[in-house]
Amino acid sequence: MNEVTRDIVLRRHMEGPIVSPIVHVCIRGLVPFIQIVGLYVYFHGHYSPGGGFQGGVLMAASIILLRMSLGLADSQAVMPNRLPIPLAAVGALIYAGTGLFAMVAGGSYLDYGFLPIPGLEPAMLRNLGILMIELGVTLCVMSTIISIYDNLLGS
Amino acid sequence: MTAFEFLQGYSAYILLVVVFAIGLYGMMMKQNLIKKIMGMSIVQSSVILFFIVSAYKEGATVSVLDPALGLENPDLYLNPLPHTLMLTAIVVAVVTLGVSFALVIMIHKRYKTLHEPTLLELMK
Amino acid sequence: MKAIRILALAAFSAVMMVAVVHLPPKGDPHSPANRVENVLKGPVAGAYYIQNSYPDAKTPNMVTVILADYRGFDTLGETVVVFAGGVACLYLLRRRTA
Repeated sequence: MNEVTRDIVLRRHMEGPIVSPIVHVCIRGLVPFIQIVGLYVYFHGHYSPGGGFQGGVLMAASIILLRMSLGLADSQAVMPNRLPIPLAAVGALIYAGTGLFAMVAGGSYLDYGFLPIPGLEPAMLRNLGILMIELGVTLCVMSTIISIYDNLLGS
Repeated sequence: MTAFEFLQGYSAYILLVVVFAIGLYGMMMKQNLIKKIMGMSIVQSSVILFFIVSAYKEGATVSVLDPALGLENPDLYLNPLPHTLMLTAIVVAVVTLGVSFALVIMIHKRYKTLHEPTLLELMK
Repeated sequence: MKAIRILALAAFSAVMMVAVVHLPPKGDPHSPANRVENVLKGPVAGAYYIQNSYPDAKTPNMVTVILADYRGFDTLGETVVVFAGGVACLYLLRRRTA
């Protein structure tokens, strides 16, 4: 196999769909479970090892698995090509906005104890604030990794 | 200090220095840009593992509160600070890899080579 | 030129090896980073976080509390770095349709 054919084979392997039905069935069965585990890792980050970064990477892994098996065109329904960068911006904004919210409510920046939610003591408010910013981190990491993968493929 | 104690206490650090030197060798000696990036990744991994090893305490458990152990004695939990720092470092390492691969792709598009001396010749 | 590089690499590795052997050994609970009190009788970061993270934020996982609460500003900057990396990748590699 000379260099040009190897390049063509590699490119088809990465961009186009893999035609094996075994791979399709396995990936379609696997992806929802990976996403569930990703959500679990994010929501359970308060009580066990886990959190925003790990959950985001797991979600990104599920999308990248779809991209690799179904190809770029057929996996647009799950995560369109143009969505990741705005989603990452939304994630970073959720993070910064939570800090700003606490500052407007009277505390210092990112001091979640001052979040204006009535009926909760400051420790529980910090618990909630951590959950909020982990949501932002999850969105940002997930969509950034998907975006890097898409861009590396599409170039 | 006996030889066994020395090995027990420092073997991990010495191994990580060797890994760091391997990565540095890749970054300094190899002439292909991709191999340089691989060396950079090895250096990052060795630094991350170094911090994780330094967080270890003999006879301690993971740094999640266990109601049976309580909070009075900090020697019962691993030091959580290096874990936190390395958690962020890992994600930054991934993004660094992505950006460096993007740069390498652009270099290859423009100069059709990744061999460093040739690149330096072409860029004159 | 190559000899100089190999020499520099060997010298740097030797310096690191010597430095590493003078660290506190692995797993020592009384090393400076794992103590409860430093030499000035102030708190040390690791032990302080272990003892105060649950009362402060009602979250058992200390790593999460440090990541998101005590060092929230650090993580904010890190999220911005991740986002900036994604944007940089996009602008380096986008298809130019001119």
